[in-house]
Amino acid sequence: MNANGEARTDALWPAIRFTVNGESRSVNVPPMKRLLDVLREDLHLTGTKEGCGEGECGSCSVRMNDELVNSCLVPVLQAEGAEIQTVEGLALDGELHPLQEAFLENGGAQCGICTPGMLMAAAQLLAHSPHPSEAEIREGLAGNLCRCTGFARIFESVAAAAVAAESEPAKEPVMEQTYHAR
Amino acid sequence: MNTHATTRIVGAPVPRKEGVDKLVGRACYVDDMEREGMWYGATVRSTIPRGLIRSIAFDRRIDWSQFTVVTAADIPGENIIQLIIADQPCLADGKVNHCEEPILLLAHPDKHKLREALGGVKIEYDPLPPVFTIEESERQDPIVWGADNLLKSFLLEKGDVDSAWSRAAHIVEGEYRTGAQEHLYIENQGVIAEYSAEDGVTVWGSLQCPYYVFKALRGVFDLPEDKVRVIQTETGGAFGGKEDYPSVLACHAALLAKKSGHPVKMVYDRMEDLAATTKRHPARVRHRTALDKDGKLLAMEIHLDTDGGAYATLSSTVLSRATLHSTGPYLCPSVRVRARSWATNLVPYGAFRGFGAPQAVFAMERHMDEIAAALGLDPVELRRRNFLHQGDTNATEQLMREPMFLDQLLDRALQESDYHAKRSQFARENARNPIKRGMGLAAFYHGSGFTGSGEVYLNSLAGVDVTPQGKVRVLVSNTEFGQGTNTVLTQIAAEALGIEYSDVIMAAPDTDMVPNSGPTVASRTSMVVGRLIERACLQLIALLCERAGLGAPHTREEFLAACARYRAAHGELSSLCRYEAPPGIYWDDQKYHGEAYGAYAWAVYVAQVAVDTVTYSAEVENFWAVQEVGRVLHPVLAAGQIEGGIAQGIGYALYEKVVLADGRMTNNQMTNYIMPTAEDVPPIHVYFEQIPFRHGGYGAKGIGELPHDGPAPAILNAIRDATGVSFTAIPLLPENLYAGLAAHQPVEEPALP
Repeated sequence: MNANGEARTDALWPAIRFTVNGESRSVNVPPMKRLLDVLREDLHLTGTKEGCGEGECGSCSVRMNDELVNSCLVPVLQAEGAEIQTVEGLALDGELHPLQEAFLENGGAQCGICTPGMLMAAAQLLAHSPHPSEAEIREGLAGNLCRCTGFARIFESVAAAAVAAESEPAKEPVMEQTYHAR
Repeated sequence: MNTHATTRIVGAPVPRKEGVDKLVGRACYVDDMEREGMWYGATVRSTIPRGLIRSIAFDRRIDWSQFTVVTAADIPGENIIQLIIADQPCLADGKVNHCEEPILLLAHPDKHKLREALGGVKIEYDPLPPVFTIEESERQDPIVWGADNLLKSFLLEKGDVDSAWSRAAHIVEGEYRTGAQEHLYIENQGVIAEYSAEDGVTVWGSLQCPYYVFKALRGVFDLPEDKVRVIQTETGGAFGGKEDYPSVLACHAALLAKKSGHPVKMVYDRMEDLAATTKRHPARVRHRTALDKDGKLLAMEIHLDTDGGAYATLSSTVLSRATLHSTGPYLCPSVRVRARSWATNLVPYGAFRGFGAPQAVFAMERHMDEIAAALGLDPVELRRRNFLHQGDTNATEQLMREPMFLDQLLDRALQESDYHAKRSQFARENARNPIKRGMGLAAFYHGSGFTGSGEVYLNSLAGVDVTPQGKVRVLVSNTEFGQGTNTVLTQIAAEALGIEYSDVIMAAPDTDMVPNSGPTVASRTSMVVGRLIERACLQLIALLCERAGLGAPHTREEFLAACARYRAAHGELSSLCRYEAPPGIYWDDQKYHGEAYGAYAWAVYVAQVAVDTVTYSAEVENFWAVQEVGRVLHPVLAAGQIEGGIAQGIGYALYEKVVLADGRMTNNQMTNYIMPTAEDVPPIHVYFEQIPFRHGGYGAKGIGELPHDGPAPAILNAIRDATGVSFTAIPLLPENLYAGLAAHQPVEEPALP
């Protein structure tokens, strides 16, 4: 990686620029390369996981321009100019995000493989519904499959994080707040 | 000896040991790893269910010199995946016995080129007639395995079944079927293998049982113990699916690594994982039951048959557990269980949470409701009249010597679920509502640890040592894959040693570093391995008292100082313990007689369902789970095990169907193999009654598998209550509900003119 944050220079491909977790990044990769692979292989952000490769399991969920997307279904060219947040961008200065704290305390993570995607879905939900009902939590997480927990402790974790965020204003970097209907 | 009246750390909701790593995205799963100069591997698989390989041709448009190609001829040792029976080749050699059977392996530095090359290998076959079902296999024509298609059979007998029928006031028969089920761990199977002449084979992988993989690699490579090393990476779910299959994948990647001279990563994509790896055994269970006029069981005759797939893998032990769970938590003087596992030309079935018990429990507990209906008894009352109690003997004539309280579990389940009131309310409302509601229950048990003398044969070794930095390190080959091994064993060590949770670390699950404490299966980790760690810690304290001046009682600081003194004087400090069977254990492996399990966890589950008679969908609206699993070591993790198991059980009952066509799975995608989502799982109410078990780690019994046993029968019993129709097969999809309800629709009489 050079000083400009360029991960890999390949003269064949034009640069695609976007920000990840608040940092400007530029990649020279085939434009149809999946955002998931760019994050994992080119930017070495392996927190984002692949579960199915067809947008069913949500393990690869990231937030892009204030939308929750399955990064396995996003060709990286669509990320040109986008603001992206991955699980690595949740904790700030070594301090866990309220959602991470809540998942830790309430047993929201078991094997951990769905957890990064689940956290991003939960972050997206709380960004738009700071006080979600149980039905809203269920709907907000319906695109993310967890095979370990039966979801109960994930719902509790999200609810607990919402309460925690109420008592302490969120410290997460503010994303562009344009709401895109899902 | 361990009454554990009060504990500091055991029983407390300490944070999951590796929790922060998982939450910040730092936990390293195998696909997150790279090795210098790493290549990728792929598998060419059989496209037919059974036949002889006539030819293998390589497309000339591909430059094969860029690839490493491995066939059975490249195997340095025996072409067998060592497990129980030596029947499964590592790579097919001349013939194939199921679709997706691995034939040839490819490696290349670019995984995209690899994908293209897979299509460039053309295999021609001379097909042989295949067998796809239990019924086809038991006809024994053709013979596709051994002399008779029979992978394994058991006969369990107690009392005199044959004379019971003439004395019976009631005889009730039924046949019950369960389908295959996919584990659907969210992390697919994957490994990285390296090979060098000096170090031999090293494998990193997503797996449950490092020493199973170790054994398989030794056989395939014909290498001594010190030339094989297996390291578990963070594992994204397993549920039994990573018990036996990783041995196959590890051998494949290691063969490619040896031949290519590069580290090789093989990570299946979802379609390959679904199509090619093991699933839960489908089963057919036939019950014939004799009862007296009061509804007391006189005799049970059970024929339990499973589909084992093309190779034996774990079918014998799955069948064993099915046999031993087939008679339910009931007292019955005469029992005969004939159990058989049949070979078919399907992908071999394997371990899956519950390991045969969910199939057997589904049949028994559905059958109990059919008996209740036949006798005009309330299902609750029928069960209550027949429950086992302390001092009774079960089907293997094992004396129930530990305290057991099935009646209390039942009472609690009825009370928490408001079972009787809801049943009457639904019965009133259903008549005029297109949505029919019902309540159903299941009473069951799950044996903890290996069956019979299994734990003695495993001869597990586990313990702790103290690092130069003064940390106590737990030495086990038992692995973490979400269920909480790391956390619970750390709690036990910290508790026993009188130190803090953060003073204890887990050794890497690496066969070069940890002793063989047995596989991470069979609900054995907390009970059996936990107890070994507890004993090893007490032994360590005794050593420090004797040789390093530690007093009793001691503070944390005194303990750590004694460790430092011992290390300064004597060097390394460790304490290992070997498994010792509780006294008085007797088991006859031939007659299936005696102490089948060291301990049993007991449960009563209640499901509330709603069946929509317009859309024919069935939904679980509420679920209550009351269980006794010995001491609960961690309340949050324990409840998480129960909830997760129940969600999988709901999927087993209502959603998850493996669709096969000509021996191939046709719905091998998450798009059409459907598991419960956040919108489908009902509120699950979990209750533990705690009766510490003397021989388990801090009083624990097994917990992990239990919750998968009960949901399916409870749900189908509830559907019977809701609709009046008895469904006997799972998965019960809307089309099955439609067919069953339509067949029972009262025919409307044409109005007379």
